[in-house]
Amino acid sequence: MSIPFTLNGKPAAYEGSATDRLVDILRKDFKCPGVKVGCNEGECGACSIIMDGVLINACMVAAGRAYDTEIITIEGFRETEKFAVLDRCFAETGAVQCGFCTPGMILAAECILTKNPNPNEAEIRDGLSGNMCRCTGYNAIVHAVALAAKEGKGLW
Amino acid sequence: MAEISGSVVKVDHGPKVRGEARFVADYPMEGILYGKTLRSDRARAKIQAINVPELPMGYVVADARDVPGKNGVLIIGDDTPVFAAETVEFVGDPIAMVAGPDEAEVERILREIEVEYEDLEPVLDMRKSEKVFYEYGYEKGEVDKAFAEADKVYEEILQTGHQEHGYLETQGITVVPLAGGKVKVHGSIQCPYYVRKALVLALGIEPGDIQVIQDVTGGGFGGKEDYPSMIGARVAVTALKAGKPVRVVYDRREDMATTSKRHPTYSVYKAAVKDGKVTAMDIDLLYNAGAYTTISMVVLQRGTICSNGVYNIPHMRAHGRSVKTNSVPNGAFRGFGAPQVFFAVEMFMAHIAKDLGVDPVAFKEAHFVKKGDKTSTNGIFHHGVPLPQMNEKLLTASDYWAKREAYASQPKGRYQRGIGMSYSFHGGGFTGTGERDIIKAVAALQKYPDGKVEILTSGTEMGQGLFTTFAKIVAKELDCPIDQIIVKLPDTDRVPDSGPTVASRSIMVVGELLRRAAAKIKAEWKDGEAQRVEERFQQPEWQIPFNYDTFQGDAYPTFSWGAHCVEIEVDTYTGEQKVIGAWACYDVGTPIDTTVVIGQMEGGFLQGIGYAHMEQMNYDKKGRIRSNSYSDYTMPTAADVPKMEMHLCVEEYPEGPFGAKGAGELPLVGVPGAYVNALEQAIDKDFCHIPVTMEDTLTHWREGGQA
Repeated sequence: MSIPFTLNGKPAAYEGSATDRLVDILRKDFKCPGVKVGCNEGECGACSIIMDGVLINACMVAAGRAYDTEIITIEGFRETEKFAVLDRCFAETGAVQCGFCTPGMILAAECILTKNPNPNEAEIRDGLSGNMCRCTGYNAIVHAVALAAKEGKGLW
Repeated sequence: MAEISGSVVKVDHGPKVRGEARFVADYPMEGILYGKTLRSDRARAKIQAINVPELPMGYVVADARDVPGKNGVLIIGDDTPVFAAETVEFVGDPIAMVAGPDEAEVERILREIEVEYEDLEPVLDMRKSEKVFYEYGYEKGEVDKAFAEADKVYEEILQTGHQEHGYLETQGITVVPLAGGKVKVHGSIQCPYYVRKALVLALGIEPGDIQVIQDVTGGGFGGKEDYPSMIGARVAVTALKAGKPVRVVYDRREDMATTSKRHPTYSVYKAAVKDGKVTAMDIDLLYNAGAYTTISMVVLQRGTICSNGVYNIPHMRAHGRSVKTNSVPNGAFRGFGAPQVFFAVEMFMAHIAKDLGVDPVAFKEAHFVKKGDKTSTNGIFHHGVPLPQMNEKLLTASDYWAKREAYASQPKGRYQRGIGMSYSFHGGGFTGTGERDIIKAVAALQKYPDGKVEILTSGTEMGQGLFTTFAKIVAKELDCPIDQIIVKLPDTDRVPDSGPTVASRSIMVVGELLRRAAAKIKAEWKDGEAQRVEERFQQPEWQIPFNYDTFQGDAYPTFSWGAHCVEIEVDTYTGEQKVIGAWACYDVGTPIDTTVVIGQMEGGFLQGIGYAHMEQMNYDKKGRIRSNSYSDYTMPTAADVPKMEMHLCVEEYPEGPFGAKGAGELPLVGVPGAYVNALEQAIDKDFCHIPVTMEDTLTHWREGGQA
């Protein structure tokens, strides 16, 4: 059995069991170690990926669910112009501390801004609330997303 | 602000934001065995037998009999076994480790191992424990006389619960056996030299045969201070038996249920009040150490020393005990024994003020210590104490007085509000003469012929920005761009032992060694040549030597200060507590990088908010931790707190680099006092414990309390 999908813009296919966890196959078989495992039960958001435009926890999804979908991980997103803006803004506000939640936070930020290019603080906080961070207290990340909305005008 | 305080892009930003930074679990598993830990499911029992099924080729099981050196993990004492041999002392106590090439097969073997136990009665309540690990006490002034002459005497019992570090990256270590009996260890490690020291004892080999390297580490907060020594020893024993590299990465539930936490406490505070002021305190502290001693000794020391908070109490007696229970050993956690006593003393002072009919802020302010005052241990506050300015700043920023008055007479409705303030300090560095007599830090700079300068310390970067601030200190002193400075993850084969990355000591102590080394290398600079400079710690001459028997002298050379204000709203229908305003002012001396410091303050502050009311970890009657997942142990999310407003006040420390002092732990230490005082005002009920949860507010109303 083969599970075809698009990974970071390129065709991919998984030849293993449809019941394997998506997070495991992305990390092991498709060499995407930027997808982190923080809890393996859908609480922390460190394994966030974008599947067909929606932010999901890759630990809560079976490989079979990837069939015919378009998946973006940090490995693909970091090559985009939108990432370059988020990178600068995260650097500016000091939004990266230990870095473990960061790939997920970046993808969450992308999803917030795609849905709403001019989010207010409450909307940003709501959009980040599925991604846990124990280091920053979130202020810097919230500011980074707000700053990216301003600096990346027109991109989202 | 000093010039150095301007912010730069952190030196480790790029790889982390791009998802390229390699944490221990990110290295390929080719040629490495998966290791999993067999753990006790009893809180206290004798091990009668360990029955291992027949193992497939390539799989090993290691237990106490395989430990080549001493079966003890050297932390301060070495009573923590590498693998439990005769008895198990808590649910989760490691008995053996299974390793092999296929993870699922390793898990199958683990399930099929049978341990035969003879159950013993566990002690789960610290107040019923008869095993005292450590006991300290001291006295100053004339305590009994002050109580005899008091207008009124107060007594209160205050309790604090466990707190889980909750670092996003779970614990993990890889051990690679090398030729000639040597081992290489890498992983999520806060203190590489601690791991090396532990392996010397457990493996019975020389320090030079053990290389410990820090991998990029996903948060620590104290949780990766002593624990990696335990995992490291277990994995090393297993890897040596297998003759192959072994990696252990904990899953979240295993990590939460079995690794160290903040010590729960039970404290009895007594105070004598004369003419409206506290003249004496008599304090009795009980810390729940858990099953083994780990670092409870120093946690208790700090707690006992800080038990009067930021208040000048002329006559005081403090007595602290750290006792054994059959539960997870508690260890280091940001604040290190101090958050427990700051909560206690802040609530106690607020409750006395309430009884006296004065506002808690005015009452507390009247007792603030000031420069030149004696500390609890008859040391001296040698440097400026900016608490009054910090307090003023926050009173204005939060509009405290107007809100406090308005909420005191708010109409009863579904939503009730309150506002509260609290104060704290944190002494930077090891307690007493620890820096001079135990740590003896050495830091070095290596200049290369191309003019680049490498920082050589055992300081670890765990997200707190240390590599950036270290690089800034050296670059500033050399007057060169920051990209001329090299800073890498520490490797014990390459770096001197500058001590552990703990106790808010790295900038204040090691940063100053680096600044001095940089000044020296600059003075001796020769173009095109390699040069190396080393600096060693020297205790300031003015520091009053601390006596560990009598607890007299300067426990810390200087202090960082904190003031906090929290405003909350309680939903009287659901019991839900919501933070609607949060302000803090901190003095950490000169900020080496304002963005880094503010990031530390915000992160620590929110951990303090979690500690105060959300983060609850309970045992069942069998001693099993039931809140062992992020679902059951809730930590704050981005939606749980509004914008926190952080202010800085700068009281320079002359012995720190460019005037900097300790920062990392301070922001958490005093937060719960402000939170709980706000809650008390909102629902007109006094609380003497944390976490004070939604259930507590609902219970209050169910028992007839008025909303």
